[in-house]
Amino acid sequence: MKEPETIPTSQAPSKPAEATPDTAAPIPKMRAFVSNVAAGPEPATTVGPSVIRNFLQAKSSGRVADGAFTVLMLLCGLSIFAIVILIVFVLVTHSELSIKAFGWHFFATRTWDPVSGDFGALPFIYGTVLSSLLAVCMAVPLALATSIFLLDICPKFLRGPISFLTELLAAIPSVVYGLWGVFVLVPIMRDQAGPILEKYLGWTGFFVEPNFGVGMFTAGVILAIMIFPVISSISRDVMRAVPVNQREAVLALGATRWEMLRIGVLRNARMGIIGSVILGLGRALGETIAVTMVIGNHAGIVKNLFAPGYTLASVIANEFSEATGDLYLSALIEIGLALFLVTIVVNAIARLLVWAVVRENAGGAH
Amino acid sequence: MAALPVQSRTMSSYVTLRRSVTNHVVTGVAIVSTILVLVPLVAIFGYLLYKGASSLNLAFFTKVPVPVGEPGGGMANAIAGSGVILALASLLGIPVGIGAGVYLAEYARGTWLGAAVRFTADVLNGVPSIVMGLAAYALIVAKQQHFSGLAGSVALAIMMIPTVTRTTEEMLSTVPKSVREAALGLGIPKWRTVISVSLRTASPGIITGCMLAFARVAGETAPLLFTAFGNQFWSFDLNQPIAALPLQIYVYALSPYDEWHRLAWAGALVLIVMIMASVTLVRIFANRGVLKGGN
Repeated sequence: MKEPETIPTSQAPSKPAEATPDTAAPIPKMRAFVSNVAAGPEPATTVGPSVIRNFLQAKSSGRVADGAFTVLMLLCGLSIFAIVILIVFVLVTHSELSIKAFGWHFFATRTWDPVSGDFGALPFIYGTVLSSLLAVCMAVPLALATSIFLLDICPKFLRGPISFLTELLAAIPSVVYGLWGVFVLVPIMRDQAGPILEKYLGWTGFFVEPNFGVGMFTAGVILAIMIFPVISSISRDVMRAVPVNQREAVLALGATRWEMLRIGVLRNARMGIIGSVILGLGRALGETIAVTMVIGNHAGIVKNLFAPGYTLASVIANEFSEATGDLYLSALIEIGLALFLVTIVVNAIARLLVWAVVRENAGGAH
Repeated sequence: MAALPVQSRTMSSYVTLRRSVTNHVVTGVAIVSTILVLVPLVAIFGYLLYKGASSLNLAFFTKVPVPVGEPGGGMANAIAGSGVILALASLLGIPVGIGAGVYLAEYARGTWLGAAVRFTADVLNGVPSIVMGLAAYALIVAKQQHFSGLAGSVALAIMMIPTVTRTTEEMLSTVPKSVREAALGLGIPKWRTVISVSLRTASPGIITGCMLAFARVAGETAPLLFTAFGNQFWSFDLNQPIAALPLQIYVYALSPYDEWHRLAWAGALVLIVMIMASVTLVRIFANRGVLKGGN
C-alpha cells in the first residue's frame, strides 16, 4: 500500500531542484502570480523583487550548498555508526591487558581478588542475570495488566492521567530511585516484607535470614519499578497496533472481553510484547546507580535472595574510581565491554521483534 | 431424546458462567495491578516532597558543601556544575542528533542505509549509561590523566544523540509532503527547504524531543562517576573535575551522616523539579508556537 506513495516523493524532491536552475521560465510566471495574489499594485512592487532576488540567490548557490548540506547530514547520520565503533574500539584497547591475561576464563571464574590480581566476572554475571530476571518476573504481569486496563477497561477520563502518571515513573532519575530505595524500600524489606516472605516462602531456600534489607531481592523490586514504564508503554503501543477488525471479529462471535483480548489482541501482538519485555530486560541489565545503592555490593553466588549481591554495572560504578593497578582497571573495562555487547544484542533482538509486529499490522490495517 | 438438550443447556450455561467469571476475574486483576503500580509512584513522589521540602532552605542554593560535622552548607556548586556540563553536552549532542534525524527523514527514506542508521540509533539508545561513562573515560580521561567536566559532557552528549535523532526524524515525517513540494516547486534548493520549511514546521516537536533527551541525561549519575568526578568547591573549568547534582546526591545518600542525607533529599527534590519544570515549560511554549522561531 505504501510503495506507490513513497516512490514519487523520493523522486520529486530531486527533480525540481535540479531542473529549475537551468530554466529562467518560472520568474515571469512567479511575478505574475505574486501580483495576482497581492491585493493591489503597491504590495506587488515591494514583495515582487525581494522574492525574485531570493529566488535568484538561491538558484546561484543551490547546487554547491545542496551538495554540502547533503554531505553534512550524511556525516551526522554516519556518526551514529562511528559512535558504536569508537566505543567498541576504546573499550577493547583499554581492556587488552585483562583479555590477554584471563581469556574466556574471565567469564567463568568465581574469584574477584584485587589484592592478588585474580579476576573473574562470574559472580557479577550471576547477579546481573538474577536481579534482571527477578525484575522482569515482577514487572511483566503488572505491566501487561495495566496496559489491558488502560486500553480496554479504564473509563476515558482516567485514561489520560493514569498513563501520564505511569510515564512519569520513567522520568525519575536513577539516583532518586536509589535514594528512595535506601531510605524507604530497604527498611520495608527488612522489617515488614522480609519476615512475611521468610515465613511463607522460607522453605524454598530463596528467602533465608539474615535479612538486612539490602540484597538481591530489593534490587529486583527497584528494578521492576524502573522497567515497568518501558514494558507498559511499548506493549500498549503494540496492542494498539492490532487492527480493530481483529477485535471486532472476535467480539462478533460472542466472545467476552477477556476472550477478545486473549484471542484477538494478545495473540496477534505476542511477538511485540515479547520484544517490549526484552527491551525492559535490556534496561534492567544495564541499570547502575539504583542497583548499586541497594544490592549490598558483595561478590558471591548464593541462592538466598536476601543475601547481598553484585552486578556487572554496579561493580564498575563502585570500584572503578578506587581501582589501583592497570590489570584491575582493564578487568573492570572488560566487564563494561561485555555489558555493552550483551545489551546491544538484547536490544537488537527486542527492536526487531517490536518492529516486525508494528510494521506487519500497520500493513494489514489499511 | 429429551436428555440431550437439557444436558447441553446446563453445559452451556456452565461454560457461559465460567467464561463470564474468568472475564470478571481478569478485569479485577487488571484494576488491582494498576492500583499496585500507582502505589510506589505516589510513595516516591510523596516521600520526596515530604523529605525534600522539609530540608530545603536558601543555603542549599547559595552555599557550597561544608566539611563533615558542620551543619548547613548547600549544593550551589553542584547545581552550577550540572548546568555547565549539560549545556556543553546539549551543544555537542543536539546538532549532531538533529542532523542525523534530518538525514533519516529527508534523504534516507526507504534506503537500506537509513534503516541501518535508524536501527543502530535505537540500539544505541538502550546501551547502559555506565558504559558511556567508561567510553568517555577511556577516550578522554585516560589520555589527559585527570578527570574533567569535558569528559562528562561528551558521555552525556553521546547519550543524547540517538534520542534526538529518532524524535527529529519522527517529527519531520509528520510534515506534509505537499508543504515540502510547494517549496521545491518554487525552485528553492533542497537544503533551504529542509531548514526553512521542514525543520521550521516541525520545530515544536523537535524542541520537545530535545528537551526530553536533556531531561533524560540531566538525572544521569553513572556516566559522570569517573568523568566529571565531582568537586566540593566552585569550579567552572571544564578541564578540571566538576561537581554535578546527581553525583552529589549519590555520594551524600551513601554517606553515614544525617546532615548529608538531608541534603541528598533536598537535592533529589530540586533535581526532579528542575527536570519536570524544564520539560513542562518548553512543552507549553512549543505548543503555543512562541519558540517556532521568527524570520
